[in-house]
Amino acid sequence: MSSWETVIGLEVHVQLATKTKIFSGSSTTFGAEPNTQACAIDLAMPGTLPVLNKQAVHYAVMFGLAIDAEIAKESAFERKNYFYPDLPKGYQTTQLEKPIVGRGNVEIQLSDGRTKNVRIHHAHLEEDAGKSLHEGDFRHGVSGIDLNRAGTPLIEIVSEPDMSNAEEAISFAKKLHSIVTSIGICDGEMSQGSMRFDVNVSVRPTGVTELGTRTETKNLNSFKFMEECIVKEVERQIDLIEDGGTVLQETRLYNGDTKVARSMRSKEEANDYRYFPCPDLLPVILTDETIEELRRNLPELPDARQARFVEQYGLSDYDAGILANDSAMAAYFEVATEESGSAKLAANWTIGELAARLNNEDLSITRSPVTAEQLGGLMTRIADNSISGKMAKEVFEGIWDGEGSADDIIETRGLKQVSDSGVLEQIVADVLAVNQAMVDEYINTDEAKRKKKLGGFMGQIMKASNGQANPQQVNQILAKKLNELL
Amino acid sequence: MHNLTIAELIKRLRSRELSSIELTQHFLDRIIGLNPTYNAVITITSENALKAAAAADKRLAAGNAPMLCGVPLLHKDIFCTRDVRTSCGSKMLDNFIPPYNATVVENFERDGVVVLGKTNMDEFAMGSSNETSFYGPVVNPWAADCVPGGSSGGSAAAIAARLAPGATATDTGGSIRQPAALCGVTGLKPTYGRVSRWGMIAFASSLDQGGPMARTAEDCALLLHSMAGFDEKDSTCIDQEVPDYSATLGNSISGLRIGVPKEYFSKGLNAGTEQAVRGALAALEAQGAELVEISLPNTGLSVPAYYVIAPAEASANLSRFDGVRYGYRCEDPKDLQDLYSRTRAEGFGEEVQRRILIGTYCLSAGYYEAYYGKAQQVRQLIKQDFNSAFKEVDVIMGPTCPSPAFKFGSKGDDPVAMYLEDIYTIATNLAGLPGMSVPCGMVDNKPVGLQIIGNYFDEARMLNIAHQYQQITDWHNAAPEGII
Repeated sequence: MSSWETVIGLEVHVQLATKTKIFSGSSTTFGAEPNTQACAIDLAMPGTLPVLNKQAVHYAVMFGLAIDAEIAKESAFERKNYFYPDLPKGYQTTQLEKPIVGRGNVEIQLSDGRTKNVRIHHAHLEEDAGKSLHEGDFRHGVSGIDLNRAGTPLIEIVSEPDMSNAEEAISFAKKLHSIVTSIGICDGEMSQGSMRFDVNVSVRPTGVTELGTRTETKNLNSFKFMEECIVKEVERQIDLIEDGGTVLQETRLYNGDTKVARSMRSKEEANDYRYFPCPDLLPVILTDETIEELRRNLPELPDARQARFVEQYGLSDYDAGILANDSAMAAYFEVATEESGSAKLAANWTIGELAARLNNEDLSITRSPVTAEQLGGLMTRIADNSISGKMAKEVFEGIWDGEGSADDIIETRGLKQVSDSGVLEQIVADVLAVNQAMVDEYINTDEAKRKKKLGGFMGQIMKASNGQANPQQVNQILAKKLNELL
Repeated sequence: MHNLTIAELIKRLRSRELSSIELTQHFLDRIIGLNPTYNAVITITSENALKAAAAADKRLAAGNAPMLCGVPLLHKDIFCTRDVRTSCGSKMLDNFIPPYNATVVENFERDGVVVLGKTNMDEFAMGSSNETSFYGPVVNPWAADCVPGGSSGGSAAAIAARLAPGATATDTGGSIRQPAALCGVTGLKPTYGRVSRWGMIAFASSLDQGGPMARTAEDCALLLHSMAGFDEKDSTCIDQEVPDYSATLGNSISGLRIGVPKEYFSKGLNAGTEQAVRGALAALEAQGAELVEISLPNTGLSVPAYYVIAPAEASANLSRFDGVRYGYRCEDPKDLQDLYSRTRAEGFGEEVQRRILIGTYCLSAGYYEAYYGKAQQVRQLIKQDFNSAFKEVDVIMGPTCPSPAFKFGSKGDDPVAMYLEDIYTIATNLAGLPGMSVPCGMVDNKPVGLQIIGNYFDEARMLNIAHQYQQITDWHNAAPEGII
């Protein structure tokens, strides 16, 4: 059996975080009652005309600057014609011949530590369609149209087919997510469709340079589904070819809930979109001044932020990378650090306990029940030895459950760690006094094995202190006192 | 009363010699009495009109009323009017009541104009005879067996029949100028971008332009001043100051250089029409203007280029009429495909369907470059023709259309013959230039139009020339038999 090589390219739809739609003044807020955010323009009422949202143009330019792409000084809109009930005008206003963002580059990091460059072919501005909602079966059911989403501004980012497995594709997708959220042009809410991925996959025998026939799976809105879909599709194509079949050029859909992929339409059934320049919109002209101003004001990019976290906070490259690639997490971390003065603790807890807890509850960090200030307060008490790491976990749970700040919980639960060396020395002395047998055993044990015996004393001491003794201090005091007995 | 021009009506309204209520009632009575003969008006808004007239009278009584306050007008049914059916001459929109006003309608409302109703038109402005209207053809007041021209045939016929002193109209390939010529009224298609297209139902967006129709150039100047101006709701509207067109009407035209394109006097031009137009040119020459023969070599290409570009844009513009959100919907569609195909087959007339098919074909993969791409190149050549010409001359003049009003049905079977009606008017739309038609004679007791083509935003000069011509001629005052 020959070995196979996979070739993957992505088309990514990114909803821009503008307040209003790309060609109308309607709000773009997610989740409103159907058709309450659709004006006459969005409904394509006769005689209505589009007016381009300047903010959407600026956001597209910012994306181009973030990936070091060519920015078109003149770009233009075209009409892509097809009939569908969620497309009110019967055409989508998009860009084809003259997209606003030209060639660019995105560097991705792989789990083995390598980096890889994925080339961006272009990115263009366009409007989103509405949504068709179906109830009941095909014959007797009811279909409704919700046009709230119609006209939401999108950039469609088209990559070159530079990825060769699911890991690279996911890494690229996550990097784009990180970039667009870092520069604030997208809210990154995948479950609300703020980023949607079309995945083009083909396979070819290793060593062959010609590309195989590709399929396109549309509209994936989670990294997990995307990964599953790519793995399955690669397997399907290889099986098909090895069984003597051929891959058909087609558009496919993947259902993340049922894990089933199916063909939507073949190349033969593909629409002729009859693109032509939109006569209702003038070409988009950008001056050097505008581009330079957007460049000057471009928020910090994930790569730069990662480097800064290493430099400024002394974090490891790995931790800095995790924090920096999620702008909400990065912001959270920086607030917690400022609050506590301890970057390492803040980083560990943000990436560790907090992220795990959020993940379990399927919450984004922006909806965390524990605020960054509260986590910082908790870090402060760990740093000044008021509480132990074990106590800190209990306090964290308390904050999560809404019991108040770290200090409130430490106070009400009486969790304050005992670090007074006089008090601790007394506790240690008392424990040693009532456990003479253990002390004798310790003394009679080989020097090399004595360390293992310390655990027994620790347990007794913690018990005696209601778990509030500072363990590091106890360790030192215990070692000192036992050594004196030798 | 109905023989007075808008300028004269304004004087009487402002002197309180005449109230807007009286005037409005008079025209409403005429419409109700005479429109069954002409079919020029398809919606009469009596109640709204009388209310607006009462309000106008109050403003007039209080002084400081805008110039057009209390003047009754008709709107072409392509302009959206809030809470008043706007059909665009189509079954597709027979039940469509817009919740918004076109900017043009809004501008006139601001200036106190009283809207009497909506005028008949070719379906979606596609036609040169008004025979494609869902509401039936309009009769030319000059000849009961003849068309009024199109697509703004209802507006032109209504003015000729004195059902209103003025009306709005639109022009994509000659739809203001050709019916103005055929009905003996004055009409102006402004520079592309001079008048907002917001709320004006699109036919071919890069060519459509709204403009005024009235009996005189002086009236057109008053109407254009109100309707023109920048509108942020239309991205193709140009932000340039609107001049006081009335202020320059009296300027002398001595020394004016008039370009006369030889291509506009070639075969196919009716002899009587040519004679009338030459007569008008001679009259202007006698006023001190200079006639300069020029050439617009690509004129012959304008009709084929237009009949690619306009249908291509229309094919997309009319996609929104799908039976999903508003307008006509077929009975009991069995599925989505059936909803689309039957709604559109039943809701659109033959000419509209023909143009949608032409446009769809021209934009199809494999044909795009040969048709749409080529047509855009021709469009550039036509612009260049005009740019060169305007280096030599101030305005260009010729006939508005090849012959006077033709008989109903006479061109119905031959779309190409119908399309040639617009041979002299289409090029200005392709170039985005302003064009005007002014009555300049009669052939077989049917009016002939003189076309004046100006440079970009030169409407003031065109109106000035037309006004000067109307000071020395009387064609614009002629009325069809039985009208006065």
